[in-house]
Amino acid sequence: MSFLPFAVAAWLLLVGLYGVVTSRHLVHLILCLGIVQASTYLLLLAIGYLHAGRAPIFVGITVGTPAVDPVVQALTLTDVVVEATVSALLLAIALQVDRRFGTVDPDAIRELRG
Amino acid sequence: MRTWLFLVAAAVLAAVLVDGLAGLPSFGHFHGVDGLTLDHVTVRQRHATDVITAINFDYRGLDTMGEEFILFASSVGLVVLLREQRSDRRQDARDGPAPPGGDARDPLLALVGRWGVAPIIVLGIYIVTHGQLTPGGGFQGGVILASALITLLVTSGGRGPRTIGRHGALEALEALGAGGYVAIGVAGIIAGLQFLSNFLPLGTAGALLSSGTITSLSTVVGLEVAGAIALIVAEFVEQGADSGTAR
Repeated sequence: MSFLPFAVAAWLLLVGLYGVVTSRHLVHLILCLGIVQASTYLLLLAIGYLHAGRAPIFVGITVGTPAVDPVVQALTLTDVVVEATVSALLLAIALQVDRRFGTVDPDAIRELRG
Repeated sequence: MRTWLFLVAAAVLAAVLVDGLAGLPSFGHFHGVDGLTLDHVTVRQRHATDVITAINFDYRGLDTMGEEFILFASSVGLVVLLREQRSDRRQDARDGPAPPGGDARDPLLALVGRWGVAPIIVLGIYIVTHGQLTPGGGFQGGVILASALITLLVTSGGRGPRTIGRHGALEALEALGAGGYVAIGVAGIIAGLQFLSNFLPLGTAGALLSSGTITSLSTVVGLEVAGAIALIVAEFVEQGADSGTAR
Protein backbone atom coordinates (compact mmCIF):
# COMPACT_ATOMS: atom_id res chain seq x y z
CA MET A 1 0.00 0.00 0.00
CA SER A 2 2.89 2.34 -0.64
CA PHE A 3 0.75 4.61 -2.81
CA LEU A 4 -1.92 5.14 -0.14
CA PRO A 5 -0.62 8.49 1.28
CA PHE A 6 -0.37 9.93 -2.22
CA ALA A 7 -3.85 8.69 -3.05
CA VAL A 8 -5.21 10.34 0.09
CA ALA A 9 -3.46 13.61 -0.83
CA ALA A 10 -5.00 13.52 -4.32
CA TRP A 11 -8.40 12.67 -2.82
CA LEU A 12 -8.20 15.59 -0.36
CA LEU A 13 -7.32 17.95 -3.21
CA LEU A 14 -10.23 16.79 -5.37
CA VAL A 15 -12.81 16.63 -2.59
CA GLY A 16 -11.76 20.08 -1.39
CA LEU A 17 -12.14 21.47 -4.90
CA TYR A 18 -15.57 19.83 -5.14
CA GLY A 19 -16.51 21.68 -1.95
CA VAL A 20 -15.23 24.98 -3.36
CA VAL A 21 -17.15 24.53 -6.61
CA THR A 22 -20.46 23.57 -5.03
CA SER A 23 -20.24 25.83 -1.99
CA ARG A 24 -23.23 27.99 -1.10
CA HIS A 25 -21.60 29.83 1.78
CA LEU A 26 -18.34 31.78 1.83
CA VAL A 27 -17.18 30.41 5.20
CA HIS A 28 -17.82 26.89 3.95
CA LEU A 29 -15.86 27.76 0.82
CA ILE A 30 -12.88 28.99 2.86
CA LEU A 31 -12.89 25.80 4.94
CA CYS A 32 -12.91 23.76 1.73
CA LEU A 33 -9.89 25.72 0.55
CA GLY A 34 -8.24 24.70 3.82
CA ILE A 35 -8.88 21.05 2.90
CA VAL A 36 -7.25 21.63 -0.49
CA GLN A 37 -4.22 22.99 1.32
CA ALA A 38 -4.21 20.07 3.75
CA SER A 39 -3.54 17.84 0.74
CA THR A 40 -0.28 19.69 0.17
CA TYR A 41 0.84 19.08 3.76
CA LEU A 42 0.15 15.39 3.40
CA LEU A 43 1.90 15.23 0.04
CA LEU A 44 5.01 17.00 1.35
CA LEU A 45 5.24 14.85 4.47
CA ALA A 46 4.58 11.65 2.52
CA ILE A 47 7.37 12.48 0.08
CA GLY A 48 9.92 12.92 2.86
CA TYR A 49 8.97 9.79 4.79
CA LEU A 50 11.56 7.10 5.30
CA HIS A 51 10.65 3.59 6.45
CA ALA A 52 11.85 3.10 10.04
CA GLY A 53 13.24 6.63 9.97
CA ARG A 54 13.26 8.65 13.16
CA ALA A 55 12.14 12.24 13.56
CA PRO A 56 14.99 14.56 12.51
CA ILE A 57 15.53 15.66 16.10
CA PHE A 58 18.76 14.31 17.44
CA VAL A 59 17.98 14.17 21.12
CA GLY A 60 18.60 10.72 22.53
CA ILE A 61 19.54 9.32 19.12
CA THR A 62 22.98 9.60 17.59
CA VAL A 63 23.70 11.60 14.47
CA GLY A 64 23.66 9.24 11.54
CA THR A 65 20.52 7.39 12.61
CA PRO A 66 18.23 7.23 9.56
CA ALA A 67 15.74 10.08 9.91
CA VAL A 68 12.91 11.36 7.73
CA ASP A 69 13.63 14.30 5.46
CA PRO A 70 13.69 17.56 7.45
CA VAL A 71 13.47 19.87 4.42
CA VAL A 72 9.90 18.94 3.49
CA GLN A 73 8.89 19.24 7.14
CA ALA A 74 10.23 22.80 7.23
CA LEU A 75 8.34 23.49 3.99
CA THR A 76 5.17 22.11 5.58
CA LEU A 77 5.56 24.57 8.44
CA THR A 78 5.75 27.40 5.90
CA ASP A 79 2.71 25.96 4.17
CA VAL A 80 0.70 25.92 7.41
CA VAL A 81 1.58 29.55 8.16
CA VAL A 82 0.58 30.65 4.67
CA GLU A 83 -2.69 28.75 4.95
CA ALA A 84 -3.48 30.50 8.23
CA THR A 85 -2.84 33.95 6.79
CA VAL A 86 -4.82 33.24 3.64
CA SER A 87 -7.77 31.98 5.67
CA ALA A 88 -7.68 35.03 7.94
CA LEU A 89 -7.68 37.45 5.02
CA LEU A 90 -10.41 35.54 3.17
CA LEU A 91 -12.60 35.49 6.28
CA ALA A 92 -12.17 39.26 6.61
CA ILE A 93 -13.21 39.66 2.97
CA ALA A 94 -16.19 37.37 3.59
CA LEU A 95 -17.25 39.65 6.45
CA GLN A 96 -17.03 42.63 4.13
CA VAL A 97 -19.05 40.84 1.46
CA ASP A 98 -21.72 40.17 4.06
CA ARG A 99 -21.80 43.88 4.94
CA ARG A 100 -21.91 45.09 1.37
CA PHE A 101 -24.26 42.57 -0.20
CA GLY A 102 -26.15 41.19 2.79
CA THR A 103 -25.45 37.62 1.68
CA VAL A 104 -22.61 35.11 1.84
CA ASP A 105 -23.85 32.87 -0.97
CA PRO A 106 -21.30 33.18 -3.81
CA ASP A 107 -24.04 32.64 -6.43
CA ALA A 108 -26.28 35.34 -5.00
CA ILE A 109 -23.38 37.80 -5.05
CA ARG A 110 -22.89 37.18 -8.74
CA GLU A 111 -26.57 37.80 -9.36
CA LEU A 112 -26.41 41.11 -7.54
CA ARG A 113 -23.57 42.27 -9.75
CA GLY A 114 -25.62 41.41 -12.83
CA MET B 1 -24.59 21.73 -14.96
CA ARG B 2 -21.85 23.02 -12.71
CA THR B 3 -21.37 19.62 -11.12
CA TRP B 4 -20.88 18.09 -14.57
CA LEU B 5 -18.35 20.72 -15.51
CA PHE B 6 -16.53 20.02 -12.27
CA LEU B 7 -16.58 16.27 -12.81
CA VAL B 8 -15.01 16.63 -16.26
CA ALA B 9 -12.35 19.03 -14.97
CA ALA B 10 -11.73 16.86 -11.91
CA ALA B 11 -11.27 13.78 -14.07
CA VAL B 12 -8.62 15.58 -16.11
CA LEU B 13 -6.95 16.90 -12.97
CA ALA B 14 -7.03 13.44 -11.37
CA ALA B 15 -5.34 11.97 -14.42
CA VAL B 16 -2.59 14.60 -14.27
CA LEU B 17 -2.22 14.03 -10.53
CA VAL B 18 -1.90 10.27 -10.87
CA ASP B 19 0.65 10.75 -13.63
CA GLY B 20 2.63 13.20 -11.51
CA LEU B 21 2.44 11.22 -8.29
CA ALA B 22 3.49 8.03 -10.08
CA GLY B 23 6.80 9.72 -10.88
CA LEU B 24 7.60 10.28 -7.21
CA PRO B 25 9.91 7.97 -5.29
CA SER B 26 7.81 5.26 -3.67
CA PHE B 27 6.53 5.98 -0.17
CA GLY B 28 9.12 5.42 2.53
CA HIS B 29 12.10 5.33 0.18
CA PHE B 30 12.88 9.00 -0.27
CA HIS B 31 16.55 9.89 -0.36
CA GLY B 32 16.70 13.63 -0.79
CA VAL B 33 20.30 14.77 -0.85
CA ASP B 34 19.62 18.00 1.03
CA GLY B 35 17.67 16.36 3.80
CA LEU B 36 20.17 13.54 4.28
CA THR B 37 23.07 15.98 4.36
CA LEU B 38 21.33 18.27 6.85
CA ASP B 39 20.43 15.30 9.07
CA HIS B 40 24.15 14.56 9.27
CA VAL B 41 25.76 17.98 9.55
CA THR B 42 23.30 20.17 11.46
CA VAL B 43 24.18 19.09 14.99
CA ARG B 44 27.90 19.50 14.33
CA GLN B 45 27.63 22.65 12.22
CA ARG B 46 24.97 24.62 14.10
CA HIS B 47 24.80 22.87 17.49
CA ALA B 48 21.02 22.59 17.09
CA THR B 49 19.39 19.23 17.77
CA ASP B 50 16.10 20.04 16.00
CA VAL B 51 17.07 19.99 12.34
CA ILE B 52 13.73 21.44 11.19
CA THR B 53 14.17 24.56 13.31
CA ALA B 54 17.75 24.89 12.11
CA ILE B 55 16.53 24.77 8.51
CA ASN B 56 13.82 27.35 9.14
CA PHE B 57 15.91 29.86 11.04
CA ASP B 58 19.33 29.32 9.52
CA TYR B 59 19.69 27.39 6.26
CA ARG B 60 16.41 28.81 4.94
CA GLY B 61 16.47 31.91 7.13
CA LEU B 62 15.72 34.27 4.27
CA ASP B 63 12.60 32.31 3.27
CA THR B 64 11.39 32.43 6.84
CA MET B 65 11.82 36.19 6.81
CA GLY B 66 9.52 36.30 3.79
CA GLU B 67 7.10 33.97 5.55
CA GLU B 68 7.11 36.19 8.62
CA PHE B 69 6.35 39.23 6.49
CA ILE B 70 3.52 37.39 4.76
CA LEU B 71 1.95 37.00 8.18
CA PHE B 72 2.74 40.62 9.01
CA ALA B 73 1.25 41.93 5.77
CA SER B 74 -1.83 39.77 6.08
CA SER B 75 -2.57 40.90 9.63
CA VAL B 76 -2.11 44.54 8.62
CA GLY B 77 -4.34 44.00 5.61
CA LEU B 78 -6.97 42.39 7.79
CA VAL B 79 -6.92 45.30 10.22
CA VAL B 80 -7.30 47.76 7.34
CA LEU B 81 -10.18 45.75 5.86
CA LEU B 82 -12.08 45.42 9.11
CA ARG B 83 -11.43 48.81 10.67
CA GLU B 84 -12.60 50.67 7.61
CA GLN B 85 -16.00 49.05 7.95
CA ARG B 86 -16.10 49.55 11.65
CA SER B 87 -15.74 53.30 11.43
CA ASP B 88 -19.10 53.43 9.62
CA ARG B 89 -20.62 51.13 12.19
CA ARG B 90 -19.34 53.00 15.21
CA GLN B 91 -21.49 55.94 14.24
CA ASP B 92 -24.67 53.85 14.45
CA ALA B 93 -23.59 52.04 17.57
CA ARG B 94 -22.97 55.25 19.45
CA ASP B 95 -26.64 56.20 19.35
CA GLY B 96 -27.80 52.67 20.17
CA PRO B 97 -28.10 50.98 23.56
CA ALA B 98 -25.10 50.24 25.74
CA PRO B 99 -22.94 47.29 24.64
CA PRO B 100 -24.44 44.00 25.84
CA GLY B 101 -22.71 41.41 27.94
CA GLY B 102 -20.92 43.96 30.11
CA ASP B 103 -21.68 42.04 33.27
CA ALA B 104 -22.72 38.76 31.71
CA ARG B 105 -19.58 36.98 32.89
CA ASP B 106 -19.99 33.38 33.85
CA PRO B 107 -18.02 33.08 37.11
CA LEU B 108 -16.72 29.62 36.23
CA LEU B 109 -15.51 30.77 32.82
CA ALA B 110 -13.87 33.81 34.36
CA LEU B 111 -12.10 31.56 36.87
CA VAL B 112 -10.80 29.28 34.12
CA GLY B 113 -9.68 32.34 32.19
CA ARG B 114 -7.86 33.85 35.13
CA TRP B 115 -6.06 30.65 36.16
CA GLY B 116 -5.59 29.21 32.70
CA VAL B 117 -3.75 32.12 31.15
CA ALA B 118 -0.53 31.91 33.16
CA PRO B 119 0.20 28.23 32.39
CA ILE B 120 -0.55 28.85 28.71
CA ILE B 121 1.93 31.74 28.63
CA VAL B 122 4.59 29.63 30.36
CA LEU B 123 4.03 26.81 27.87
CA GLY B 124 4.24 29.27 24.99
CA ILE B 125 7.53 30.73 26.21
CA TYR B 126 8.87 27.21 26.72
CA ILE B 127 7.97 26.14 23.17
CA VAL B 128 9.38 29.36 21.67
CA THR B 129 12.71 29.13 23.47
CA HIS B 130 13.27 25.38 23.06
CA GLY B 131 12.73 25.24 19.30
CA GLN B 132 16.38 24.55 18.60
CA LEU B 133 16.35 21.51 20.91
CA THR B 134 12.99 19.77 20.54
CA PRO B 135 9.93 20.19 18.31
CA GLY B 136 8.68 23.75 18.55
CA GLY B 137 10.00 27.18 17.77
CA GLY B 138 8.72 30.67 17.15
CA PHE B 139 5.73 29.84 14.97
CA GLN B 140 4.30 27.09 17.14
CA GLY B 141 5.03 28.83 20.44
CA GLY B 142 3.78 32.15 19.12
CA VAL B 143 0.39 30.64 18.37
CA ILE B 144 0.27 29.20 21.90
CA LEU B 145 1.10 32.63 23.33
CA ALA B 146 -1.67 34.15 21.22
CA SER B 147 -4.07 31.52 22.53
CA ALA B 148 -3.53 32.92 26.03
CA LEU B 149 -5.10 36.15 24.84
CA ILE B 150 -7.82 34.27 23.01
CA THR B 151 -8.65 32.46 26.27
CA LEU B 152 -9.03 35.85 27.95
CA LEU B 153 -11.27 37.07 25.14
CA VAL B 154 -13.49 34.00 25.26
CA THR B 155 -13.86 33.88 29.03
CA SER B 156 -14.34 37.57 29.74
CA GLY B 157 -17.82 37.93 28.28
CA GLY B 158 -18.47 41.16 26.42
CA ARG B 159 -15.94 43.16 28.34
CA GLY B 160 -12.69 41.73 27.04
CA PRO B 161 -12.88 43.07 23.51
CA ARG B 162 -13.52 46.58 24.85
CA THR B 163 -10.64 46.60 27.29
CA ILE B 164 -8.11 45.47 24.73
CA GLY B 165 -9.77 47.68 22.17
CA ARG B 166 -6.53 49.57 21.79
CA HIS B 167 -4.38 47.15 19.88
CA GLY B 168 -1.30 49.29 20.11
CA ALA B 169 0.47 46.77 22.34
CA LEU B 170 -0.20 43.90 19.93
CA GLU B 171 0.89 45.96 16.96
CA ALA B 172 4.06 46.97 18.79
CA LEU B 173 4.76 43.31 19.63
CA GLU B 174 4.29 42.37 15.99
CA ALA B 175 6.49 45.17 14.74
CA LEU B 176 9.15 44.31 17.31
CA GLY B 177 9.17 40.71 16.09
CA ALA B 178 9.33 41.60 12.40
CA GLY B 179 11.92 44.33 12.92
CA GLY B 180 13.97 42.16 15.25
CA TYR B 181 14.33 39.49 12.57
CA VAL B 182 15.70 41.99 10.08
CA ALA B 183 17.91 43.56 12.78
CA ILE B 184 19.49 40.18 13.59
CA GLY B 185 20.01 39.66 9.86
CA VAL B 186 21.71 43.04 9.49
CA ALA B 187 23.80 42.35 12.58
CA GLY B 188 25.30 39.48 10.60
CA ILE B 189 26.54 42.00 8.03
CA ILE B 190 27.92 44.26 10.77
CA ALA B 191 29.75 41.25 12.21
CA GLY B 192 31.54 41.03 8.87
CA LEU B 193 29.54 38.09 7.49
CA GLN B 194 26.47 37.87 5.25
CA PHE B 195 22.87 38.87 5.89
CA LEU B 196 21.25 36.41 8.32
CA SER B 197 24.46 34.47 8.85
CA ASN B 198 24.82 32.74 12.19
CA PHE B 199 27.35 35.02 13.87
CA LEU B 200 26.64 34.36 17.56
CA PRO B 201 28.60 31.79 19.59
CA LEU B 202 27.07 28.36 19.02
CA GLY B 203 27.34 27.07 22.58
CA THR B 204 26.90 23.42 23.51
CA ALA B 205 24.45 21.36 21.48
CA GLY B 206 21.50 20.52 23.70
CA ALA B 207 21.87 23.55 25.96
CA LEU B 208 19.14 26.19 26.09
CA LEU B 209 21.43 28.98 24.92
CA SER B 210 22.91 27.17 21.95
CA SER B 211 22.92 27.29 18.16
CA GLY B 212 23.62 31.02 17.89
CA THR B 213 21.12 33.16 16.01
CA ILE B 214 18.68 30.27 15.55
CA THR B 215 17.48 30.79 19.12
CA SER B 216 17.26 34.57 18.79
CA LEU B 217 15.46 34.43 15.43
CA SER B 218 13.03 31.86 16.78
CA THR B 219 12.29 34.13 19.74
CA VAL B 220 11.57 37.23 17.65
CA VAL B 221 9.38 35.16 15.34
CA GLY B 222 7.52 34.00 18.45
CA LEU B 223 6.82 37.62 19.36
CA GLU B 224 5.71 38.44 15.84
CA VAL B 225 3.40 35.44 15.53
CA ALA B 226 1.89 35.98 18.98
CA GLY B 227 1.18 39.63 18.13
CA ALA B 228 -0.19 38.89 14.66
CA ILE B 229 -2.48 35.99 15.60
CA ALA B 230 -3.76 37.79 18.71
CA LEU B 231 -4.43 40.91 16.64
CA ILE B 232 -6.29 38.93 13.97
CA VAL B 233 -8.48 37.16 16.53
CA ALA B 234 -9.11 40.35 18.51
CA GLU B 235 -10.20 42.14 15.33
CA PHE B 236 -12.66 39.37 14.50
CA VAL B 237 -14.02 39.29 18.04
CA GLU B 238 -14.58 43.04 17.94
CA GLN B 239 -16.49 42.61 14.71
CA GLY B 240 -18.82 40.27 16.54
CA ALA B 241 -19.17 42.69 19.43
CA ASP B 242 -19.92 45.56 17.06
CA SER B 243 -22.52 43.78 15.01
CA GLY B 244 -24.06 42.66 18.31
CA THR B 245 -24.66 46.28 19.26
CA ALA B 246 -25.86 47.37 15.87
CA ARG B 247 -28.28 44.56 15.14
